[in-house]
Amino acid sequence: MIRILSILVGLFFTVALAWSLLTGLLNFELPHTVEHEFHEHPKELHLASDGAFGKFDRQQLQRGFQVYKEVCAACHSLRHVAFRDLAALGYNEAEVKAIAVGYQVDGIDPNTGEATTRVGMPTDYFPLAFPNDVAARAANNNAIPPDLSLMTKARHNGAAYVYSLLSGYQDPPAALPEDNRPGEGLYYNPYFANLNLAMAPPLNEGIVSFGDGTKSTVEQMSKDVAAFLVWTAEPKLEKRKQTGLPVLGFLLFATILGFLSYKSIWADKKKKKG
Amino acid sequence: MSFPWANEYKPSHPFMQWMDDRLPLPRLVYNSVGAGYPVPRNLNYWWNFGFMALVCLIIQIVTGIILAMHFAANDTVAFDSVEHIMRDVNWGWLMRYVHANGAAAFFVVVYVHIFRGFYYGSYKAPREMVWLLGVVLFLLMMATAFMGYVLPWGQMSFWAAKVITGLFSAIPMVGEPLQQWLLGGFAPGNATLNRFFSLHYLLPFVIVGVVVLHIWALHIPGSSNPTGVPVKSESDTVPFFPYFIAKDGWTVGAFLFFLAAVTFYAPNMLGHPDNYIPANPMSTPAHIVPDWYFWPFYAILRAFTTDFFFIPAKLMGVLAMFGSILIWFLLPWLDKSPVRSASYRPLYRKFFYVLLVAMAVLFYCGGAPAEEPYVVISQIAAAYYFAHFLIILPIVSAIERPDPLPYSITEAVLGEDESAALSPAE
Ligand code: HEM
Repeated sequence: MIRILSILVGLFFTVALAWSLLTGLLNFELPHTVEHEFHEHPKELHLASDGAFGKFDRQQLQRGFQVYKEVCAACHSLRHVAFRDLAALGYNEAEVKAIAVGYQVDGIDPNTGEATTRVGMPTDYFPLAFPNDVAARAANNNAIPPDLSLMTKARHNGAAYVYSLLSGYQDPPAALPEDNRPGEGLYYNPYFANLNLAMAPPLNEGIVSFGDGTKSTVEQMSKDVAAFLVWTAEPKLEKRKQTGLPVLGFLLFATILGFLSYKSIWADKKKKKG
Repeated sequence: MSFPWANEYKPSHPFMQWMDDRLPLPRLVYNSVGAGYPVPRNLNYWWNFGFMALVCLIIQIVTGIILAMHFAANDTVAFDSVEHIMRDVNWGWLMRYVHANGAAAFFVVVYVHIFRGFYYGSYKAPREMVWLLGVVLFLLMMATAFMGYVLPWGQMSFWAAKVITGLFSAIPMVGEPLQQWLLGGFAPGNATLNRFFSLHYLLPFVIVGVVVLHIWALHIPGSSNPTGVPVKSESDTVPFFPYFIAKDGWTVGAFLFFLAAVTFYAPNMLGHPDNYIPANPMSTPAHIVPDWYFWPFYAILRAFTTDFFFIPAKLMGVLAMFGSILIWFLLPWLDKSPVRSASYRPLYRKFFYVLLVAMAVLFYCGGAPAEEPYVVISQIAAAYYFAHFLIILPIVSAIERPDPLPYSITEAVLGEDESAALSPAE
């Protein structure tokens, strides 16, 4: 009885699926979008922090921070990062303090209790680029510049994506259909999902001057800021990779010991050869 | 409750004797995972996954309790509290990555555990109750994982909550009010986050309770084995301790090695980048996908694209998605073959492998965008899925001629079994 019922239920589902399949096949059409055709995957990017033994290149992170501070910070926040965190880039206590002092943060007047601003301290977080989304939209042609703290983890292949996007602005190809050409206040960039980006090309050769003498080409700055954003997205990356090796080593050792004891315990229970 | 030749617990220390007379806890341990529990000697490595699942459950509970000490279940700060765990809590990043990847590993292990059951007919008498409790465990795991995924309150959290609870709105009449009741509002919000956190903390302990029943029920007949032939004599079994403790021990080591490799070197491989973007009700992600372990069922849901007579396509999809797991409850009664193991069932074995392929295809399509050719492919795979369990299995088990079975487990392992000979050997 149950088996007859089950066959009926089975037929119900399979016939319904066959019905869907049939209509699907009759209207079969592979999706085709202009984005599919012109969108490009990120360029390759190799950073010192890649790989199992990867370590941050602190010089590069400092350069990337400089690019963020002097260029990106005009529009993009970094709300998960505190000034104190910058010690990880190799700055000493006095330098961290000096960086913090360069910022105004929200505060309270100690006498009247009124809202005011004060100079930053190492424990403060980077102030927001805009007080709220409305202000951000108003200043950016109705687009909101996203917070950058987690950017390299919030996109597929994030570091390479940031690098490619920043160094990838170009003139729209001649074959690009009219509808997909950048409109007012938009800029063509094949690395961006819908090809047209509300961010004007932010980097120009020489827009920052690096203290360590590195030439500030667009390529270089894009790489450096991508490296910096790998750090902001995961400040514990280096520690994670360093911790992993002894853990894996120990587990391997323990597993081999476990396997050997398993072999010897079972020795008398296995079929004897011959 | 066990075989007559099982070793008996003999307290070796006066304190243990004292304890045994008052609360026989050591005896319970001895009889369930110690030398007092005889296990078929021929279990292969597919039988190690139940123990691994237990280890996963413990890892999830321990890391989860620690995460809960630092997590804030409020929609304005949940996302930031997760980042606080990642950045400022000592070893917080490790706890979170182990918990996230541990959940994935738990599902890998349990999928293998379930397919072991399909292949070796583990669901058959006398282990039906073990199987039924197993399906309940799987449903509980899915509910727990889904609610856990919502907690970090990223884009995928929010939209997965919206889509999955939206499934209930397909139910005629009560659907919409039901969805609002589940969410505590018209869209996922603080009420949703709070109740999901509460339940996400509760359900793992319900799972612990059901696991106890699962293992209790298993220990009545004892484990089945790759031949499916029941235990006949003492030479068919070995005591759990030390034999299976040693075997489970080293495979757990190997399992932890893989879990650690992913956790330390590719911790975000299985996650979705969008979940590092804070939840935003105003911006719908391009492709909303649940976590990968739901993909086969998500593919089944989306395979129904056309209304079927008076039943809307969406309702069909929802019925099929829940039905695709619920039909596992019927398995012990759909498969009437007296032979358990597919190793001796040539016809069933072929269909089992087709099911594996169909399942792999559904996995793939469930993670892909809802466009062609994935929809058509998943329709074919889903049709096979239902046909396999509901049509093919009952018929195959009625018409199939199984291969000859070994006389006993001992014979299968050693090539001969003395007790099988009519006159005892010299
Ligand atoms: C929380 C998840 C689960 C845990 C901790 C768990 C644990 C275990 C353990 C420790 C065993 C004995 C060792 C073994 O045979 O591998 C076992 C056996 C078994 N489990 Fe599970 N299990 C879980 C989920 C499931 C699910 C989802 C199913 C099926 C839908 C299932 C079905 C079975 C069956 C049929 C057996 C007996 C196998 C045999 O003896 O042939 N279990 N389980």
